[in-house]
Amino acid sequence: MGPLIPNGIISMEWDSIIAIFIGICFGFVLESSGFSSSRKLAGVFYGYDFAVLRVFFTAAAVSVIGIYYLDYLGYLDVSQLYVHPTYLWGAIIGGVIMGVGFVAGGFCPGTSLCAVAIGKLDAWVYVLGIMIGVFLFSELYTFFEPIYTGYFMGNITLMDSFGWNPYWIIFVFSIIAVVAFAVSDMVRKRVKKVFY
Amino acid sequence: MKTDNKTNSHVYWNPYFGGFLLGIIIIFTFYLTGRGLGASGAMKSSVVTIVDQVAPTHAENNAYYSKFISKDDSPMNTWLVFEALGVLIGAFISGGLAGRIKWRIQHSPKISSKRRLVFALGGGILFGLGAQIARGCTSGAALSGMAVLSTGGFITMLAIFGSAYAVAYFFRKNWI
Repeated sequence: MGPLIPNGIISMEWDSIIAIFIGICFGFVLESSGFSSSRKLAGVFYGYDFAVLRVFFTAAAVSVIGIYYLDYLGYLDVSQLYVHPTYLWGAIIGGVIMGVGFVAGGFCPGTSLCAVAIGKLDAWVYVLGIMIGVFLFSELYTFFEPIYTGYFMGNITLMDSFGWNPYWIIFVFSIIAVVAFAVSDMVRKRVKKVFY
Repeated sequence: MKTDNKTNSHVYWNPYFGGFLLGIIIIFTFYLTGRGLGASGAMKSSVVTIVDQVAPTHAENNAYYSKFISKDDSPMNTWLVFEALGVLIGAFISGGLAGRIKWRIQHSPKISSKRRLVFALGGGILFGLGAQIARGCTSGAALSGMAVLSTGGFITMLAIFGSAYAVAYFFRKNWI
């Protein structure tokens, strides 16, 4: 019964080894999907390349279906999984700031690591920027603390927030993803091609 | 003309294939560790370590750094740091196999390298700041959050893409 490490089926000593292994897979897939190219990533915001939307939403749909299917089959206990906590205004304000950073810099942290690995100097500068950003946040922590720790709603899921059935959420989410893929394809055909 | 990896190193995987494999990796991660992926966490640990080395008293007195510092362990000894090292290795392998490894600054022909680097630095600073406020980036908060239907994950995802689309117009010269 999963998750394996928290339940002691695989011992804690394997944790770091598994971390490196999972990281290698993660990095390999991101790089192979073209996420080491800032111009490809930025395409999603201008309509000339929707790789981000496709990879991101396919991954989200596959993972949520898989996790709940494993739970249904009894291999994995969803209630034991770590749910990202909801700090309402932290999530919104932080997300808005990250969105501006995404368009300005053309990377997010995971993709910038991939670009660092293949020698993109703009990504090295971007990672330096992230570290400066973290530094600024930490130094000004007393200023940010009210949003960082405030409006805490617990480790809630959409089921807790809206009382929806998880299987319906996943079904509707998958439909939205497929519609988004179709719409993105139509948009891409109308937008002037950008070569990069 | 048929383009393949030999003539064009910028041919990437089908995005749905890449997304499918990424989804499998996320399932596998949750199945093994009970947690999701992350990327900005490793950079936070690096900053904490640097500050702790340069100014230990300052780090201990700061309410944020001190959360991640313990007497008997380095802040670098975390799952996310090892995972980030793996990401570097994995991306290096993939880029190496496809012939994409090269020192260069990638930017639109319409802008200078210097402008690209200035915007990369500014974007990085904003992303680093935002990722701390939201307690995670696109990987840790949005993607791994959505995989377990976390409300916060969906809010962060909508906020990132919503604001990125809202301001994309002002940055268009950098990209198109």
